[in-house]
Amino acid sequence: MPLSTQPEAGDDQYVLVASLDNVRNLSNILKAIHFKDHATCFATTNGIKVTVENAKCLQANAFIQAGIFQEFIVQEESVMLRVNLGVLLDCLTIFGTNSLPGTSTALRMCYRGYGYPLTLFLEEGGVVTVCKINTQEPEETLDFDFCSTNVVNKIILQSEGLREAFAELDMTSEVLQITMSPDKPYFRLSTFGNAGSSHLDYPKDSDLMEAFHCNQTQTNRYKISLLKPSTKALALSCKVSIRTDNRGFLSLQYMIRNEDGQICFVEYYCCPDEDITESEL
Amino acid sequence: MRCLITGGNVKVFGKAIHSLSRIGDELYVEPTEAGLSLRAVNSSRSAYACFLFAPLFFQLYEEGSPDPSGETFRCKVLMKSFLGVFRSLPSLEKMAEKCLIYLKPQASRLVVQLHCKYGVTKTHNLSFQECELLQAIFNKEQCANTLRAPARVLVDAVVHFPVTLAEVTLGVSPAGKVSFRNYLDEETETSKTMMTELCLSEDEFQDVQVQQQSHVTFCLKEFRGLLSFAESSNLPLNIHFDSPGRPAIFTLSDPLLEVHLVLATLSDPNSSLRAQPANGAFPLTVPDDDFAGDDIDSYMIAMETTCVGEAEPPSSPTFPQRRTHTSAVPESESSDLEGAVPGTPPTEEVPLLVLWVGADPVSGQDTAGAQPGCAGRGQRRRLLRGHLPPLHPSTPLIAWVEKLDFASPSPLLEGGSCFHATEQLEHCQ
Repeated sequence: MPLSTQPEAGDDQYVLVASLDNVRNLSNILKAIHFKDHATCFATTNGIKVTVENAKCLQANAFIQAGIFQEFIVQEESVMLRVNLGVLLDCLTIFGTNSLPGTSTALRMCYRGYGYPLTLFLEEGGVVTVCKINTQEPEETLDFDFCSTNVVNKIILQSEGLREAFAELDMTSEVLQITMSPDKPYFRLSTFGNAGSSHLDYPKDSDLMEAFHCNQTQTNRYKISLLKPSTKALALSCKVSIRTDNRGFLSLQYMIRNEDGQICFVEYYCCPDEDITESEL
Repeated sequence: MRCLITGGNVKVFGKAIHSLSRIGDELYVEPTEAGLSLRAVNSSRSAYACFLFAPLFFQLYEEGSPDPSGETFRCKVLMKSFLGVFRSLPSLEKMAEKCLIYLKPQASRLVVQLHCKYGVTKTHNLSFQECELLQAIFNKEQCANTLRAPARVLVDAVVHFPVTLAEVTLGVSPAGKVSFRNYLDEETETSKTMMTELCLSEDEFQDVQVQQQSHVTFCLKEFRGLLSFAESSNLPLNIHFDSPGRPAIFTLSDPLLEVHLVLATLSDPNSSLRAQPANGAFPLTVPDDDFAGDDIDSYMIAMETTCVGEAEPPSSPTFPQRRTHTSAVPESESSDLEGAVPGTPPTEEVPLLVLWVGADPVSGQDTAGAQPGCAGRGQRRRLLRGHLPPLHPSTPLIAWVEKLDFASPSPLLEGGSCFHATEQLEHCQ
């Protein structure tokens, strides 16, 4: 790729150009996966996927499809870059997070390729801010090999029903135990904290339950500290799909409706804690 | 024990827990015949609150039978864990339809189950500790001054004080002037501090009975907790108080609910000396027991009662209908007390504590026969009234006064307030 010293390089020099009228459609969804600063972005003509991982046990992906952007051009088959997500979010919200009603910050995001910074042009009320964020060496992300054919149990819930549950999780408990079963208690979240245990049961015929496809009783434990960040995604979402596969891996998919009524998805994958013995159940 | 709360009462219950959580770190739960009592006391024992929910408050109320030894079940749970169940009041109001509280004796768990909208069930298995009775002894009937006002009036008054303000001084004069002002201790430089004083007109109150001019200083935090409960439940608040150093008693009363908050007040060094004889308490040479030689404790137990026979069982918030049953008790008790006139050292009759935590010391000595068919309770009432049956000098008094370290020189209130241990010994008479 030719190096140009001209700052006002033409669009064709960028491998990625994305424009957005309302930056919050991007920043809100990135906040939902902001529990670590290192984020890997993959861009294809379909859109951008931003991945954040923790402890080799948890992976969160935010999918922002091309349709969300007013302009979305990817020159290569796929573009991969790594940025500091905290810095990116700070830049995206540089005009403040709560803009006045009727005003919104517009964004034009450009990336020229490996070794170049990610350039953001942000404009609100005639004021333009240009941010250049140094990109980092992209790293391989985890492959959870979560395949829908291996899914044993699947539940789709209205997020409203889980929000309070996650907000009030007893954080003195080390784990969150999820039980999914074709029989009672159908869907149960349990914590085992200092003050005793607590169980939250959702019947399968509840109005919150959009879909209930459980084939066998599964009880798995997940580190509560790993799952807690997903509360951010839950807060934004309208529906959540909870799936477990035959290995006990957990997939949480959040359907998020942005301010313009478009749908985006955030997904969390989590490994189960080591096997629990019968006596602990 | 098994009780079921439904509808809007779940929120009332939750609010009560929030209010109690401002007092102490532990919640004392006691199912009684008169209802479910929830109590808390702060670590310095200068604040005590009791919420008694009448059986009618519940859709279903079973107090449970006493165990074979005749002991009623009482326990304490961590306030934090109990509060966790009712943490979000808005969602409680929106989602919770029923709340079931019951005991799982095999698992030693107190189960609090919330049945919410959409069929969602939240089950909390809380660990608990069996404990002794927590009971403050006080008598609001003895207080010279009584105020009664809608909670709103008092909320509007205290809202002007900074959130960080620890204590507030309530002053009244027989002329009907009522004022609140922020309390400044002696070390505060008045030139550098903002003083706030609010004067309320007598008209704002539903009732003002002032026998003596007085100013009492008490903690604002606990008071605010009760006010927010009173405001949400739309109940007028009664304030009973007297001279500085004696407890201020705040009560809410409803057929379904009785609330008492007792706060220590700051004693005025100038007036505390004369307050004592005036209250009929007197120094006492204590019989041989663990308290001997301990000034504070002897002071504490020396407060011989002049209050026996007063209408109000001080501690136990009782319901109207219960009162009619218990009204006979004072007469029968007064006979025990002949000779116990103010100024006379008690012989074997011991005392009256301000706040004590203890088991019933008189099992087997049912002198409270006035309450037919309810010996255990009768005994307790006697205790609550502040008058204990004769104890042999050898009776280990300390056994039922569970580690009430009144003698501790540490300040009674957190934050270096100048409440001192002795000041807690409000004369309950």
